[in-house]
Amino acid sequence: MIGTETKTQTIQETKAPPGLLRRMLAQRQGKIGVVLAGVVVLVAFLGPVLMTLITGYTSTEFVGRPFQHDGVFGTDNLGRDILSRFLDGGLQLVIYAALATLLGMALGAAAGMLAAYQGGWLDGIIMRGNDVLLAIPQLVFALLAITVLGPQGWVLVVVIGITHAPRIARVARSATLAVITEDYVAAAQMYAVPRWKILLREVLPNITGPLMVELGLRMTYSIGAIASLSFLGLGLQPPTADWGLMINENRIALIIQPWGVVLPVLAIAVLTVGTNLITDSLARASAHLNVKDTK
Amino acid sequence: MSELTESDPRPDTAAGAGAKMFGSPGTVALRADGLKITSTAGKEILHGVSFNLVAGKIRGLVGESGSGKTTAGLACMGHFRAGLLNTGGSVALYRDGEVLEVLSLNDAGQRKLRGGSISYVPQDPSLSLNPAMRVGEQIMEVLRIHRPEDSERDRRGRITEVLAEVGLRNDKAYQRRYPHQLSGGQQQRIGIAMAFACRPAVMILDEPTTGLDVTTQAMVLKTIGELTRRHAVASLYITHDLAVVAELADDVTVMLRGDVVEDGPAKQVLYSPQHAYTRRLIRAVPDLAGRHRIGEVNAVTGAHPIVTAAGPIVDAAHPIVDAAGTGPGAPQGPASGSEPVSGTRAGERAGRHALPVPHDAAPATDNLLNATGIRLNYGPAQVLDGVDLHLGVGESLMLLGESGSGKTTLARCLAGLNDRYQGNVSLSGTQLQPGARQRSITERQRIQYVFQSPFSSLNPRRTIGESVAVPLQMAGQDSGRQQRAKVLEVLDQVKLGAGYIDRRPGELSGGERQRAAIARALVNAPSVLVCDEVTSALDVSVQAAIIDLLRTLQVETGMAMLFVTHNIALARHISQRMAVLQKGRIVDVGPTDDVLDHPQSDYTRELITNVPTL
Amino acid sequence: MMRLIGRRLLISILILFLVSILVFVATLLLPGDPARAILGQQATPERLAALREQMGLTDPVWLRYLHWFGGLFVGDLGTSTSAGAPVTEVIGARIGNSLVLMVIAAVIAVPVGLVVGTYSALRRGKATDHVFTGISLVLAALPEFVVGIILITLFSTTVFAILPSVTMAAPGHPVWEVPSQLVLPILTLVLVVTPYMVRMMRATMIEVLDSGWVEMARLKGVPERQVIMRHAVPHALGTVAQVIAMQLAWLAGGIVVVEFLFRYPGVGAAMVDAVTNRDVQVVQALSLLIAGVYVVVNLLADVVGIVTNPKLRREESR
Repeated sequence: MIGTETKTQTIQETKAPPGLLRRMLAQRQGKIGVVLAGVVVLVAFLGPVLMTLITGYTSTEFVGRPFQHDGVFGTDNLGRDILSRFLDGGLQLVIYAALATLLGMALGAAAGMLAAYQGGWLDGIIMRGNDVLLAIPQLVFALLAITVLGPQGWVLVVVIGITHAPRIARVARSATLAVITEDYVAAAQMYAVPRWKILLREVLPNITGPLMVELGLRMTYSIGAIASLSFLGLGLQPPTADWGLMINENRIALIIQPWGVVLPVLAIAVLTVGTNLITDSLARASAHLNVKDTK
Repeated sequence: MSELTESDPRPDTAAGAGAKMFGSPGTVALRADGLKITSTAGKEILHGVSFNLVAGKIRGLVGESGSGKTTAGLACMGHFRAGLLNTGGSVALYRDGEVLEVLSLNDAGQRKLRGGSISYVPQDPSLSLNPAMRVGEQIMEVLRIHRPEDSERDRRGRITEVLAEVGLRNDKAYQRRYPHQLSGGQQQRIGIAMAFACRPAVMILDEPTTGLDVTTQAMVLKTIGELTRRHAVASLYITHDLAVVAELADDVTVMLRGDVVEDGPAKQVLYSPQHAYTRRLIRAVPDLAGRHRIGEVNAVTGAHPIVTAAGPIVDAAHPIVDAAGTGPGAPQGPASGSEPVSGTRAGERAGRHALPVPHDAAPATDNLLNATGIRLNYGPAQVLDGVDLHLGVGESLMLLGESGSGKTTLARCLAGLNDRYQGNVSLSGTQLQPGARQRSITERQRIQYVFQSPFSSLNPRRTIGESVAVPLQMAGQDSGRQQRAKVLEVLDQVKLGAGYIDRRPGELSGGERQRAAIARALVNAPSVLVCDEVTSALDVSVQAAIIDLLRTLQVETGMAMLFVTHNIALARHISQRMAVLQKGRIVDVGPTDDVLDHPQSDYTRELITNVPTL
Repeated sequence: MMRLIGRRLLISILILFLVSILVFVATLLLPGDPARAILGQQATPERLAALREQMGLTDPVWLRYLHWFGGLFVGDLGTSTSAGAPVTEVIGARIGNSLVLMVIAAVIAVPVGLVVGTYSALRRGKATDHVFTGISLVLAALPEFVVGIILITLFSTTVFAILPSVTMAAPGHPVWEVPSQLVLPILTLVLVVTPYMVRMMRATMIEVLDSGWVEMARLKGVPERQVIMRHAVPHALGTVAQVIAMQLAWLAGGIVVVEFLFRYPGVGAAMVDAVTNRDVQVVQALSLLIAGVYVVVNLLADVVGIVTNPKLRREESR
């Protein structure tokens, strides 16, 4: 009689949950986010290739007097074609932001997982180091680094990546702490599975949810931070075409020639809103995946 | 134990005699009729549940997880959890000669009833008491709401009174404590005091003794019984535990997946059940006396064989169990000598009960696992205080202990999961290193450990096949193909079958997961299986099936088993010998019958007295 | 409880100390010679040597650190190379201006964030909730200068030209003499900081409203208003205090961009100028100052957390 237990419960079984990404895309705001971010990334990648085909000018070519209404969107503060500069101005931003995010993820996730798994003095050192880095606001830290090392691309990537790391480490650490109390980690210990394998196979797959959310969040911040630094004149340097820089260069003429500001502002806004929508959808999707499996 | 001493200021019956009473004993106080509840997703949870509650009587509402018993209980108060909708039925409250339709009242009307005429005692007081409010204040809150006419002083008096009624200290200092400063049993009594403060006509008690020790549980049950009868409260006691119902309830309602399948006086429902489900449920309840079988398994000590004495030391490289019949070493012990281990199960089962019953199976010579002087402390807390334990070949030993006794810690020390102990653990005469990593591959394979919760012991991201294969991979002796063959074999052994190999834990029920976890422990053919509370997270019918499985496996493979549990009622169903652990010390040890019939320690005696029985 | 708070205080001091080392060491990495940077390429070796001696550049590193660190306590933050004046003189007047921005922004943002978040949680799944959630999601994504530019476009140029887009206080006059020029910078800060508070307050409130004790309170017949104010909100505040602190501390960094955008005479704008001019001493001083604000605000949040939690558990926030 009791043997029927297996059968009746098989009927009630739940379907295997679809992957995180698919569940993110199943949400309307997830789809909107992917479309928004996708369009801007597409512009950023195709723009440099297409700009001369569309406008006939490169982004650094002087085509007329400043702030005129020639061409589609007119000219900028030095008389360069705004559309060309716009099309050419996103690629470095997107790539630097992605590199900075990945660097931060790699450093932060490794440090956080290690701190949680090893515990003890290593945990103490990593977390105190985190506190010190966290005490300096991200932008201030970046400014400090730029003062010392100068406004170069790799400096931006490294400094933004490093300032992300402690924030990601915190998340990775607390997610790992929740996972390593699970018995399947104890079971792996009992079977003497090598420690790196435990981290890679038992822990990492079970903290992908929070890490993916963090990835999205940090990507949004990276874009904002790099664009902000360029806007301050401390990121990408003239005469490079860059959205943040364009806003800085053209904002004095906001009234007479708004396109030089409006186009890059729109692009940055749409991109960050897109990544944030993706992040939020990821968070919703992972909330159901990484919560402790209880009855 | 401290619970007992704190019941001192309990007043005599006269204290409550002057209080006003709703309804007289014997009249119906609440009638739930055809309750239907549907989830917002459209799935019906309750399909028309009816019962009534009578003043001065306790109705047990029994069901396994997913039966909808808590949902039905909360519906009596007009409360539906998020995502649930009431789609039919009525709840009538009979009070002072008038009838109140609870479900048709507006919010304010229902609020007036809740905590006043109908009160609720939650399942887990540690979650249900506000952690940031002093306990006295939490009781006061109810009184302020439902007794606005009383003076503050009257209310203070009532708090003092009701705390005494539930057997707690009632001085000012105690009232100023926060919930986290109380033990689980004390928190639960605060919950009861809060529910009882306004002298309700109806009390809904939702598994209020889950997680409490049997001694504390017995105290709380006694309090509930007394309060109900003395003040003619109509109580609904929601539980999965039939033994508790047998102790406490006058009437019983049995629920199965949103339906009432049986309803009647407790004696009738429990001792001559009509519905097949009730019968099955009752059959699955383990009892201390071991009079009947749970699942397919007879009470062990009465009529069950022991695999013992000359059973072979299992060599990890040569698993003795092989469903295909190709395994090299079938055990040659007396128990299995009369029949082939790899024979059909039906034949084996038929033959099993006919086998002779050996007696005490612990001659010191055939000790397989020997632990001596195990000590472990976390700071000043002495968790294990010099434990000696031995386990013979093929023997089944129960390690009994309540929460905080150190039983899980001990089990983990033996399995090498906890390496911080002092003392000696030896296997077949060889001393073992404390940590599993320091032990040899063979030693690791020979002692296997099954975790308490199958919801935690399997990685949700890996398939059952991958998880079960981990011990084989770490042994490194088999090719991938051989590993898969062994995994399939062992899945068959735990009655899951090949279809489960590529599934993930999320697709499995609790019982199925626990079988998979057992399969992982079996795949290297251990000589000792340590089972740590392996059934405590499972429903009673699933528990019976798992117990059955473990006994069958033990007979088939000849392995020894250490069965760690808090549930003394399982003793005669699983073990030949038992050891009772209290505060890190073994206070009783011996053949199961001897310990249960002639306990040596007061502690064991108290456990046996307090355990509820059917 | 006092011990816990004392411990937090000690940790904060330790962190500030380590930050000071970090800031100091960072500037050691600076390539080139500060003395030459001040005097220019044409300087004679004698003058360079003299200035190095004067600036203490010939001392060992640890001595220079101690000198600098000791100077912090007596208000000697070094000399600004670009202004040729003591750092305290360069940034002193600006600290007040920045504080005005931060404090007003905080005073507006915190209550708005808490109230909107709570309201959103109580109306979970309803239209108003969706509107608030959507707006906060979009605003939270935008970098502060984008928010600022949009505000300028809307309120001071193209659409409504009603508010000044830059700060035009005469030197020597306090910025608040012309209140209208404070509106856009403050609004920008509020719009950037509030969405996180709304989102966290909403999420935390939803969690608390689903808790066992809130259900129990309802089952005790406690009126809904009291359930929220007495049983739910206090718990949410303990958690949200951390987020509020992080956001307020973020203000300390966020003012850099906002002040630059609105040409507001505060420490943020000074920071950008200093970085542009590679004015090391000023950057050092401002980094430390901003880190100080950050640490103090975080300390306060922890104290709030400790005080509101009767369990006084071991600190979990770190």
